[in-house]
Amino acid sequence: MTTTAASPVRPGAKRPSHAVADAITLLRRNLLHMVRYPGLSLFTILGPVVALLFIVHVFGGTLGAGLPGVDAGGGREAYVSYVLPGILMVTVASSAGGVAITAAMDMTEGITARFRTMAISRSAVLAGHVLGNTIVGLIAVVLVFGVGLLIGFRPTADLPGWLSALGLIALTCYAISWLGVAMGIQAKSVETASNWPLLLTLLPFLGSGFVPTASMPEWLQWFAQYQPFTPLIEALRGLLFGTDPGWNLWVSLGWCVVIIAIGYAWSMSIYERRSVR
Amino acid sequence: MHSTAISLEGLRKSYGDKMVLDGVDLGVGTGTVTALLGQNGAGKTTTIHILSTLIHADAGTASVAGCDVAGDPDGVRAAIGLTGQFSAVDDLLTGEENLYLMARLRHLGAKRSRTRVAELLEQFDLAESARNRLSTYSGGMRRRLDLAMTLVATPSVIFLDEPTSGLDPRSRHTMWDMVRNLVAEGTTVLLTTQHLEEADRLADRIAVLDGGRIVAEGTPDELKRLVPGGHVRLRFADAATLGSAAQLLQESESDESGLSLTVPSQGEPAALRALLNRLDAANLPVDHLSIHTPDLDDVFFALTGRVETKGTLP
Repeated sequence: MTTTAASPVRPGAKRPSHAVADAITLLRRNLLHMVRYPGLSLFTILGPVVALLFIVHVFGGTLGAGLPGVDAGGGREAYVSYVLPGILMVTVASSAGGVAITAAMDMTEGITARFRTMAISRSAVLAGHVLGNTIVGLIAVVLVFGVGLLIGFRPTADLPGWLSALGLIALTCYAISWLGVAMGIQAKSVETASNWPLLLTLLPFLGSGFVPTASMPEWLQWFAQYQPFTPLIEALRGLLFGTDPGWNLWVSLGWCVVIIAIGYAWSMSIYERRSVR
Repeated sequence: MHSTAISLEGLRKSYGDKMVLDGVDLGVGTGTVTALLGQNGAGKTTTIHILSTLIHADAGTASVAGCDVAGDPDGVRAAIGLTGQFSAVDDLLTGEENLYLMARLRHLGAKRSRTRVAELLEQFDLAESARNRLSTYSGGMRRRLDLAMTLVATPSVIFLDEPTSGLDPRSRHTMWDMVRNLVAEGTTVLLTTQHLEEADRLADRIAVLDGGRIVAEGTPDELKRLVPGGHVRLRFADAATLGSAAQLLQESESDESGLSLTVPSQGEPAALRALLNRLDAANLPVDHLSIHTPDLDDVFFALTGRVETKGTLP
């Protein structure tokens, strides 16, 4: 996937071999920013943990008891296992807000104009943001996972299942980050950069992440069935509990490719225009 | 005669209805300094932005270091460095990290990067604060770092967009010295400025940009000859002396309320001595004398017949 990110788009680009090196250089810069200015990354990382604890402890008992095949007594434990894949996808989706703000901030910086006067591939600059955010997203995912294990999440996957789940999460995070970068560049100001990504954060709630879609009104069921997060959550659930994810996995991979393509094309097409000061 | 490092032909650019560049033609010889002189809004920055591939021209051609800015932007980018009006440094990094970032993006290699960064920190007097965050840097230090970052890969053509605006007099002189060093090393420099003095001190040639056109171009001396603004002002003790002096010096202009006389002059010592000798011979004592050299206001007035730069200069 790194090659997708770093390969230059323009056929006229002279030294394609530098695109990967440049992307790594700019990734290092972004990681250094995160260490120096950790507020935004901490929000991305800790927010989902708070959401997990809140949802499980406040709503968990009641919602869990309503799941098919669960008795009233074991609601909260059953719900942790049910909701965790959904929370993981919320974690991934909400990471788009952070990268949108970072990208929007960068567009106002003089150094972005400097980068544009240098022979650096445009996609390398954007890939630096995307890869940095993917790393932050994965740290958040690991933390949510850990807290989930502490409060009773008991996945039953074997090693290939675990690795596939991790791979799917990483790919989704990478895809969502491209969309986040595009939204951040599109934003008219840093203040409004995280508005559109907020809608992404809401999407997993309108799928099968928190309650079975059968309990939703009919029009919402229709939406839940066809939006990208439902197959993603179902595939993740399958991988983590050792059941066959079936078509959901292929549909999920398809969605990731589509989201990467949209995010990449969108951000590349507006980057030049938006970064003139 | 030098070969040409930068050439512009019929460059046009407008934003909506507003014409910013209205057919700019200019050539800059390799290894020379040209100053683009003009007031705010004359199109200086737009010209620099087109040459540094940040924006596209609507019409006309421009080439830098033998590469067309529209056809081969990466070729241009590999040859140039730009230090703009606004600082292009990364505030969350240290000075040293900023330089290393540039070295990596210019693919210098680890060993050459280390020597080049150390060299630049020393040369730009930043070695002591190399490991400090930029928030602790003064305006002059930031500008020096900015220029050092531009120079990491020793570009052959450098654009400096108002390199000394907002700097105190000492930092301004430091910056001038740095530009002179660059030129001594054979770098081609195109700089923009609002100040004739700066252009005069640094540039081999000056191009005056007004209303999106080059209205005059030449060496500083050629340009100053176009400007009748140089004069000496003589003040006298009383109106009678002033009257006699005004009769003696036919080309002068007298100001009765200020008891002073304005005589056109470029301020050369020989001419001044001759002038004072004439007055002395006529027994007309001068109370006070001051010399006024042409400034941007005078250049503009001479070239465009307008004086609207008055008030915009410090």
